[in-house]
Amino acid sequence: MLNVGSHCAIGGLNIDFLINIVLLGFLVCTALAIVFTKNLLASAMLTGIYSLLTAGFFVVMDAVDVAFTEASVGAGIATILMLSTLKLTGFDEDPARHNVKAGLLAVCGVGVLLLYGIVDMPVFGSPTAPVHMHVAPHYIYQSMAEIGMPNIVTSVLASYRGYDTFGETVVVFTAGIGVLALLGASNHVPQSRVAPMSQHIILRVVSKVLIPPIFLFALYVQFHGDYGPGGGFQAGVIFAAAIILYSMIFGLDTARSVISQPLIRLLSAFGVMLYGCVGIVSLLNGHNFLDYSALAHDPLHGQHYGILLVELGVGITVASVMILIFFNFASRVDMVQEEQ
Amino acid sequence: MAYLAQYNYWVVVVLMMIGLYVVVSHGNLVKKLMGLSIFQTSVFILYISMGKVDGGTAPILEEGISVYSNPLPHVLILTAIVVGVATMALGLALVVRIKEAYGSIEEGDIQEKDKQSC
Repeated sequence: MLNVGSHCAIGGLNIDFLINIVLLGFLVCTALAIVFTKNLLASAMLTGIYSLLTAGFFVVMDAVDVAFTEASVGAGIATILMLSTLKLTGFDEDPARHNVKAGLLAVCGVGVLLLYGIVDMPVFGSPTAPVHMHVAPHYIYQSMAEIGMPNIVTSVLASYRGYDTFGETVVVFTAGIGVLALLGASNHVPQSRVAPMSQHIILRVVSKVLIPPIFLFALYVQFHGDYGPGGGFQAGVIFAAAIILYSMIFGLDTARSVISQPLIRLLSAFGVMLYGCVGIVSLLNGHNFLDYSALAHDPLHGQHYGILLVELGVGITVASVMILIFFNFASRVDMVQEEQ
Repeated sequence: MAYLAQYNYWVVVVLMMIGLYVVVSHGNLVKKLMGLSIFQTSVFILYISMGKVDGGTAPILEEGISVYSNPLPHVLILTAIVVGVATMALGLALVVRIKEAYGSIEEGDIQEKDKQSC
């Protein structure tokens, strides 16, 4: 194994580990800044920075797929949702704290116990740690023969642990329904107003140039997930990010006229259905639920079809749920502003 | 380097406790959710740190490479991140409704209003 970067050692520490130390240090500082900042707007922006640092850390830890997800979810969508909530609930925090002493005591107690527990953890990066002994070697050495895809994370996500991913897609869908139930503006007819951001010519022009490549990139991430980092979860979030950008710049009403709401609701259910149907088809072909080998004569081809369809289902559900959530938050903001 | 061998896990504990402290002692509900997301990220860091193998690369198979980091924690955390943002959106939606019902998102005010209405 020749990884050029990791062999530059400074005083016994290799450079990857130094980057790791620095990134985690920044992460702790950012977390403390989030705690001590009184202005919630600033805190929300700091959570964006916090997510980006986490994504950088994941890259150093070789978790490129995870980094991808964290960068698009944490630094993008989560921050936007927080900001739209703050727009509705106010930007200032009450400085009064309760249970400070009891809280600190509890936190320190739990912290000491956890640190005590950590002493027994295997050394960081050790290849003989128990976590690498169980199923991981099977995934690493057999997945090429069994699934036939270079990206092991995709093989595990969509095929070996397809049940988990199905469950998680259902959770995302359920959360979407929950937000719809809580914030769904039933008969709200939006007044046509000029979107506040559309007056900024730079934002308008830059976003017009950026949005098509973002869509294209989302599709690339969706369909290239078998060979490189990516897959349905990341692609769905990136796709939603492009539409969110569009509606932020050109106004919610314009975005609504482009993207029909009932269609988005239908699509969020359709993705889950597609995933489930792939499982049922493999059942009907005499194999186990979500055993894609049943989908074609050649088991490897079957795996490829299965993973393609399942990832498509995940991508459709994630994208439409994220768009749905954003639209519901944003239309709530519009509604409150009209009332005032 | 031996004394830094558990560095990542110390950071996990510190972040987790920062998150827990925010959830316990801050009254603002949005701030509580921020604390919860710090707490959540610390768990992500714990998993991903455990998956790292010295000298390994990203788990994407390629000719000439034999050491890969463990892909299993990556899969678990990847989906957890997306589920995390979906559930956080649900939490934020609840906060918005609480604001509409109580006129405040400070825990103290909400409890006072609850006592008055009893």
